[in-house]
Amino acid sequence: MTGHDAVFLLVALLTGGAALLTVTSKNLFHAALFLAITLAGIAGVFLVLLADFLALVQLVVYVGAVAVLFLFGLMLTRAPIGREALDGQNRGLALAVSGALFVVLSGLIIQSFGGVRAAEITGPGIREIGIAIFANWVLPFELLSMLLLAALIGAILLARRESGDSGEESAERRIDFGDEPPTEAGAQALPDADTAGELPAGEPVGGGER
Amino acid sequence: MSLIGPLLLATFLFCVGVYGVIARRNAVLVLISVELMLNAVNINLVAFQNLLFPAEAAISGQLFALFIIAVAAAEVGVGLAIVFNMFRNRASVNVDDVDLMRW
Repeated sequence: MTGHDAVFLLVALLTGGAALLTVTSKNLFHAALFLAITLAGIAGVFLVLLADFLALVQLVVYVGAVAVLFLFGLMLTRAPIGREALDGQNRGLALAVSGALFVVLSGLIIQSFGGVRAAEITGPGIREIGIAIFANWVLPFELLSMLLLAALIGAILLARRESGDSGEESAERRIDFGDEPPTEAGAQALPDADTAGELPAGEPVGGGER
Repeated sequence: MSLIGPLLLATFLFCVGVYGVIARRNAVLVLISVELMLNAVNINLVAFQNLLFPAEAAISGQLFALFIIAVAAAEVGVGLAIVFNMFRNRASVNVDDVDLMRW
């Protein structure tokens, strides 16, 4: 066991523990904070693997932006805090599925890569990464910028409160949810159904003339 | 450094994410679990790149990880916007309540 392995073991234990607490925590905000710890630990894993540029990107994008975005999301939706409200009744199913998946995948990985060891880690420098992006990966890079622009516009359009008559919704329409939300089509369906029974009586006369 | 450590860590994180997606009811927590799964895949990509194929000219593993980070950021933005919309229309972020398209 080399020094790299020891450091990796420490960082991996931190990351895995924080990930477990993320999905089992009873408090929403604690879950989001443990997610931030997990993401920072993954940045540490990248550092151990000598991917320093990726580690910095991970810190900036995930710990800096995405975790804060999740905290804002939790605060804006004012979700109830409590265990029963957080976890559904299918916790046993989730445990079975994820446990079986972990056993199968780790068995396969140990069987395939059990003896593989790298003598030393060599990560590409930031210069090589830049050259690769703008030489080999230009088209995906530009497509990614288009995707980010589309996601930006789409998120604004989705989250914007509509101005105009549909902007202020009545209280009963906001609270009333369930199997069939009240729509105008549903409200108009009843009078149509009533007249539909009377219409065919007079219809054959008119229809026969045409 | 052995390759099996990062791969097992990535497997563990992915399975934790699967557990979170199935067990959680809050839509924001489901999104958090999806982020865990995406990050697990990133660890895999970087480990394969730097430990097994360090001499590859186009640095495919790390660049795929970078692209996944950017796509995940876009996914979080759109997903949270959908969750806000759902909260505004139904006053709840419970994924069990959104069963309009359930068969």
